[in-house]
Amino acid sequence: MQEIRNYTMNFGPQHPAAHGVLRLVMEMDGETIVRADPHIGLLHRGTEKLAESKPFNQSIGYMDRLDYVSMMCNEHAYVRAIETLLGVEAPVRAQYIRTMFDEITRILNHLMWIGSNGLDLGAMAVFLYAFREREELMDVYEAVSGARMHATYYRPGGVYRDLPAQMSQYRESPWHKGNDLKRINSWREGSMLDYLEAFTADFPTKVDEYEELLTTNRIWKQRTVGIGVISPELAQQWGMTGVMLRGSGVEWDLRKKQPYAKYAEMDFDIPVGVNGDCYDRYLCRVEEMRQSNRIIQQCVQWLKANPGPVMVKNFKVAPPSRVEMKEDMEALIHHFKLFTEGYCVPAGETYCAVEAPKGEFGCYLVSDGANKPFRVHLRAPGFAHLSSMDTIVRGHMLADVVAMIGTYDLVFGEVDR
Amino acid sequence: MTDTSATPLSDQLAARFGDTLTLSTVRNETTADLAAADLIAVATALRDEPAFRFSELIDLCGIDYLGYGQTEWNTESVSGTGFSRGVEGQAMGRFTWAGRPRDNDHPRRFASVIQLLSIEHNRRLRLRVFCDDDTMPLLPSLTLVWPSVNWFEREAFDLYGIIFDGHQDLRRILTDYGFVGHPFRKDFPLIGNVEVRYDPEQKRVIYEPVSIEPRVLVPRTIRDDADLMQARAEAGDQWREN
Repeated sequence: MQEIRNYTMNFGPQHPAAHGVLRLVMEMDGETIVRADPHIGLLHRGTEKLAESKPFNQSIGYMDRLDYVSMMCNEHAYVRAIETLLGVEAPVRAQYIRTMFDEITRILNHLMWIGSNGLDLGAMAVFLYAFREREELMDVYEAVSGARMHATYYRPGGVYRDLPAQMSQYRESPWHKGNDLKRINSWREGSMLDYLEAFTADFPTKVDEYEELLTTNRIWKQRTVGIGVISPELAQQWGMTGVMLRGSGVEWDLRKKQPYAKYAEMDFDIPVGVNGDCYDRYLCRVEEMRQSNRIIQQCVQWLKANPGPVMVKNFKVAPPSRVEMKEDMEALIHHFKLFTEGYCVPAGETYCAVEAPKGEFGCYLVSDGANKPFRVHLRAPGFAHLSSMDTIVRGHMLADVVAMIGTYDLVFGEVDR
Repeated sequence: MTDTSATPLSDQLAARFGDTLTLSTVRNETTADLAAADLIAVATALRDEPAFRFSELIDLCGIDYLGYGQTEWNTESVSGTGFSRGVEGQAMGRFTWAGRPRDNDHPRRFASVIQLLSIEHNRRLRLRVFCDDDTMPLLPSLTLVWPSVNWFEREAFDLYGIIFDGHQDLRRILTDYGFVGHPFRKDFPLIGNVEVRYDPEQKRVIYEPVSIEPRVLVPRTIRDDADLMQARAEAGDQWREN
């Protein structure tokens, strides 16, 4: 009888299915995983330490770069922590804008997830479909902030500026002209809210298209049903949040349970899984896209009917307008102080969490009264999820590890920080 | 935050744990300070007892209190030459490894802060445990109470050098293989100690001492003076007291 030894396999750090710079060292018995040891930190940039050396506002941009497919949700947690310590509350309109953009971000994230997870498991086409809609929502990001991804749009005290009255349009070019140009500009005649209204009216049919490609697809089900089953107890032991927890049947969503921004006013449902496998989590995320679409519609309606300020009028925290600066010495001084020294946040500590698309994204902020944070800790959902990898994939096949990485919805910007 | 229980959490905690916990509640966030020796017993009780049921450990992070409340910019009094320029100081980003602050007055520097979540009662609790010894910060590991703490403790060990007694696998997690030092400590320079480049002669990547100068653009300052009062007055009714 020949002796058979386990085989150690290195997966990554630049594997196409690894969603970034994950290195997995796996001990294999044939094709079965005996032990999986994820090595992370290859994208560690020390965001938390950098934040300690800068005035509060200058770190908002770093938050975008944590989970770089759900940018504004990260900003939201950080900005909310600062607002809590300052005792400032954003105007209602800003709260609605934040709610709307959190949901746009959720759709962006889930589109990225459905595309890349499909690609991991061999469904090439979904990726192309998902990126078609992602592009349209990226344009909304661009319209409000000028940046397609790293927006830095949320600020303590509100949002950077009000929604644009005119949506940007395609110009005539050798590639877009005539009726073609008319068609791609047809949603863009009016304001950004009109554009979003048209998008949300259309989006459910697009979700149907993804579902048609996957939900009853035999190969998709063979790859996901019964794979990576997580019991509700296990999920809680491993600090899971978001879809990872809801997929296991635990009804827990911060938007409902500890509402922030304007979620208490919104009418939406929380999808919950039954079996806690990869397929249930897929179904949850698809349904979340439909629910996010509903929330966006409600926000669009409210925002159309209720103009108003989007930033607090407190110049110790928020900059004065350019017009005011030209006329008023005080405003000019405020502007100067705000952009050089920043504002001092009263001493204290807080933990503020938001329901980011991947789970609970939290910001633990300690201030000693200075114009820079004393300690910022960012609680990334992916970090907690990935730590359970070893426990969950033991006994699974190698191909299921890829399904599992996909279902965790990992982004290494936030895992490594 | 909705709380399913009638009695506030801090009262329940005080009744159950007595002097073991030092409690404070600010803005509906309850923080309990406790000694390292009590941590495991308290944590197990918090997880299992029906009144608490903190089934999830959401987060654990290290914190270094060195230099808490120190500023670089004297904004209160003016000297013969005017206000200070704010370029002298010990804040991170200003010093190299050789010039790092060696302030040993602070009684206890390192702490670990734990955020707990009870899904059943929909509430949160923050625990803070200080390490008794600054030179060898040691805390008991919670891995047997909440498995999710595993990587969070590795992170706190990596970044702050807090050692968790009883942790099965206390390796570095975020920093590079073979990294020296604990980079999030307040006496670790922001620019680091080494830089990396490819050396064409040796045909490999080599580490060298950093060649850049530490630099800070904005001095660290604390103003608890008129600014806040004025902001409060301007905000009027919208001001929420901390």
